[in-house]
Amino acid sequence: MNKIASILSEIRPEFDFTASEDFINDGLLDSFDMISLVSELDKTFSISIDGVDIIPENFRSIKTITDLLAKKGVTVS
Amino acid sequence: MNLKFKNKKITGILTVLPSKEVSFEDEMENYNFSKEQSAKLKKIMGYGSHRIVDENVCCSDLAVAGINYLIERGHLKKEEIDAIVMVTQTPDYIMPVTSILIQGKLDLKKDMYCVDVNQGCAGYLVGLHQAFMFLEQETVNKVVLVNADILTRKVSKKDRNSYPLVGDGASITIVEKDTTSPEIFSNIKVDGTNWDALMIPAGGMRLPISPETGVFQEDDKGNIRSKDNLVMKGDAVFNFVQTEVPPMINDLVTYAGVEMDTIDYFMFHQPNRFMLQKLADKMKVSYDRMPNNVVEHFGNASGVTIPTDITFNLGQKLCDNEYMVCLAGFGVGLTWSSMLIKMGKLDFCEMINY
Repeated sequence: MNKIASILSEIRPEFDFTASEDFINDGLLDSFDMISLVSELDKTFSISIDGVDIIPENFRSIKTITDLLAKKGVTVS
Repeated sequence: MNLKFKNKKITGILTVLPSKEVSFEDEMENYNFSKEQSAKLKKIMGYGSHRIVDENVCCSDLAVAGINYLIERGHLKKEEIDAIVMVTQTPDYIMPVTSILIQGKLDLKKDMYCVDVNQGCAGYLVGLHQAFMFLEQETVNKVVLVNADILTRKVSKKDRNSYPLVGDGASITIVEKDTTSPEIFSNIKVDGTNWDALMIPAGGMRLPISPETGVFQEDDKGNIRSKDNLVMKGDAVFNFVQTEVPPMINDLVTYAGVEMDTIDYFMFHQPNRFMLQKLADKMKVSYDRMPNNVVEHFGNASGVTIPTDITFNLGQKLCDNEYMVCLAGFGVGLTWSSMLIKMGKLDFCEMINY
């Protein structure tokens, strides 16, 4: 499993993230989940995601999260 | 707007916090969320315990206790107080102003100036601006700045967005003339188009309190509150802080002509730990220079968090030494303000319980 998918499953184990194309609109992630996710991503990849980037647009899918990490020089396969 | 002040000095800071301490764990079952989720957030946001006043205690009580404490210990003489600036969003009454209640309770001289300012998280900065401006007068030599709020009364206990973070408290800051003090640099901005990002809908003249405003409703995130309670658009406030505060500090250091690494401490308003850590990371400031532990120990008492941060984390060090300190407050209004000030050799810098 992709590392991002694995972190998402830890945060909200009750949801199937592979079945959603928009985590925010589908109600899989709320703002507190986004904060939990950022905290985990920061820790896992030894980065600090910019506060201004903690907006729903960046957390809609695995792809948008991957793109956000790429801004910090992190490549997730 | 840039501001500059000359020949002014903070000579002492006292924080007065309620003795009653309630932990996040004790309140977790009030919230409409799983314990696991709440526990995870406790760690990230810095939820710990917060201080809460007893039912009959108001802001003037905390302020009078603090000022009396200073008088009893010889740090302050009644007759020296030329002005009281009271910054609060939770006054004892709608009228009269709380600063004059304090003047009366302490039996201070009548030949003085008392004013209340309705400000929140930027209230320490706004209060200092007012105090400095009073000191431009020949007749004013010493100003008592009181910051006090008891917002736990106005936040729903079932609002997980806000209740775990808020705390009650007061601070007394003595501000005086001092011809040897270096210049103090500051700036402030406001944005009234986002007035509803942080507000209490009912209780003013626009929407008086009524049985209808007291009806509890659940929001789309599962928080339960009424129109009599504080409501915060958490996402919008977080984004506002992350967008506006780092450039504000850049502007301040440019205005003052100093380098970031010459600043010893960044004593910022503390809404939660995560927000402060993100600011520190963005500004490339180490966490030990920008403490973020006020919410976990005491809660966020709006304009009182900066003096609490100073007295809790620096305390006696500020009586023994001098430091270049950057202050910043940001929140309701929206309002955001910062200040670069040489602080130290204080007469007192301590905390007491009420």
